[in-house]
Amino acid sequence: MIWKIFLFLLLAFVSVAGIAFPIVENPIKWYEFPLIPGLEENAKIIFFHVPTAWLTVIAFLMSTIFSFKYLRKKNLDDDIKSYAAAQLGMIFCILATVTGAVWAKFAWGSFWSWDPRQTSIFALLLIYGAWFALRSSIESEERRATLSSVYSMIAFVTVPFFIFIMPRIMKGLHPGSADDTNTGPVVDFKMNGNMLLIFFLSLIGFTILFFWMWQVGYKSLLLREKLNKQLIRG
Amino acid sequence: MTNYSVEAVELNKSFGRRLIFNDLQFKFDKAGVYGISGPNGSGKSTLVKIIAGIIGASKGKIIHKINDKELLEEQLHNHIGFVSPYLVLYEEFSTYENLKLFAEIRGVKFNQERVDYLLNKFLLFKRKDDLLKTYSSGMKQRVKFIFALMHSPQVLILDEPTSNLDDDGKSSVYELVKEEGQNNIVLIASNEKNDLENCSDIVYLEKYKN
Amino acid sequence: MNSKSYSLFLKDFKSELRTRYAINALAMFIIVAISVILFSVGQEKISKNLTGGLFWVVIFFTAMSGLSRAFVSEEERGTALTLQLIAAPSTVFSGKLIFNIILVFAMNTVIAILYSAMFEAFIIKNFVLFLASFVLGNIGLAISSTIIAAIIAKAGAKGTLYPVLSFPILLPLILTSVQLTLFAIDGTSFERAKFELAIVVSYDIIMLTASYMLFDFIWKE
Repeated sequence: MIWKIFLFLLLAFVSVAGIAFPIVENPIKWYEFPLIPGLEENAKIIFFHVPTAWLTVIAFLMSTIFSFKYLRKKNLDDDIKSYAAAQLGMIFCILATVTGAVWAKFAWGSFWSWDPRQTSIFALLLIYGAWFALRSSIESEERRATLSSVYSMIAFVTVPFFIFIMPRIMKGLHPGSADDTNTGPVVDFKMNGNMLLIFFLSLIGFTILFFWMWQVGYKSLLLREKLNKQLIRG
Repeated sequence: MTNYSVEAVELNKSFGRRLIFNDLQFKFDKAGVYGISGPNGSGKSTLVKIIAGIIGASKGKIIHKINDKELLEEQLHNHIGFVSPYLVLYEEFSTYENLKLFAEIRGVKFNQERVDYLLNKFLLFKRKDDLLKTYSSGMKQRVKFIFALMHSPQVLILDEPTSNLDDDGKSSVYELVKEEGQNNIVLIASNEKNDLENCSDIVYLEKYKN
Repeated sequence: MNSKSYSLFLKDFKSELRTRYAINALAMFIIVAISVILFSVGQEKISKNLTGGLFWVVIFFTAMSGLSRAFVSEEERGTALTLQLIAAPSTVFSGKLIFNIILVFAMNTVIAILYSAMFEAFIIKNFVLFLASFVLGNIGLAISSTIIAAIIAKAGAKGTLYPVLSFPILLPLILTSVQLTLFAIDGTSFERAKFELAIVVSYDIIMLTASYMLFDFIWKE
């Protein structure tokens, strides 16, 4: 219980700090953020956009890990854990795409410009969508778990192509891609200590939130299965 | 007599969370006719498919041995013959073409003599070059038997072998089973009393439901 | 193992010659697809970059129209069981893969020829580069399409599901191949395109390995 309160306080602080702390040229006070040329006020979205993108990747990794486990041991519980992770992953992917598009509108002028990272997050969205479509088309539990696990593994194998190779060879507007002289606030450490702190706190807070939501998710799914079984028997 | 053995060790199969059978044990190492019995839906077809290496078991395993040496899954194809109502062959090809391509895909030499012998035995020699599309269901069933026997397997698995057969057809099957049972292991999965009459040993699936 | 897979491929090939199912449907599909583009575009001139992209659009949808048959026909007719009784999973996958590779090359050659005839902007300056990208891309397309075909053959809603599942997996290949096609049209040197070619090669190798390892799980329940 205590850690839930701690999590709540952490995320509340991060949300308030992220939105309310002013951005000034020369930050003096502890609650002031430096001005990053090219981003200005929009920089604040970094506290929310990056964690959602980070989480959708974590969720994808977790979903794949449990898919792998399922293929080895054929224990349906692993499949449920994979499913719970994927559900969250899908939600965060949509959030990341949307917050990314909002940031893009302000920073680059249009909502969508086929920058490699935007393409990658969209591809991840397509993978999630395909995965759920596959699952909903199979009746048998075992077969559903096996086929979707195989698809997870195949998708997982294509992911390195997106993440590592595409940004290198394609020109991009994203901070941190090949063409960008401004390598981005995180890489370049243009963020001062305060900003970095809030940023990492946000990352940690959201990650803990994710694991908590995932636990609640898969436990409730397991419980529902148990109840269904009892209903059939009784 | 046979140098082959089929053994089930603590075999368990579940589909999802539905248990089909648990802790199944048996060993067949002498030539003969054996039965697998149980009401409809009890898992007979599932069990024979596991024995044939088509489906995997949830727990435990099936051990195939020839001359006391254990066989790997990939090596089973040429030692097992399988007949069932739900087996389908390639209708766009003739019987002869079907059998030829099965031999090629199996990677064994096409035994012309044996195939001709079987075609004659099952009264299909005259129509061996006709497309399977043109066959009646009884004739197709006979082709399945040829498919199962052409490579002289040590294990013959028959799932519901007499379904859809008339009395004549049934007695031919029983005759064949007796003959094969002299030198090989024959497994019959059925819920028909007559089918199981010839079996020297029967596995009752209801016993393994807990 | 090779001759067994080859025999399996021959079976599919002979069956195809007899029924002529896929060839007829695919040939018509290619003609229809290119016609749709021609009619929709009308009098407008298409830039050479656009033809490069559209080229792979036609290739993708033609592939989706024809490559799933290898597995779906076995499942729908019930002959998958027969194959399981006579061949190891790797043999089955190899045989189907050979069939799909041949089919992809045949389809795409037709598409390439029709394309250059219909679209004036589609002129290849560096033919060697185009050929390399064509061969490597076709192999990658066949590999990914085959493994996904194996998956959807065992699911429901096969027709619509096939492009949905295939597209994300093929995306890295398509993006890189479009890039290479544009390079070939522009006359870029082989040297400059080495990185992209390396990507396609590694895609082919990685997908091939993953497919063989995972096919067993799909094929045997």
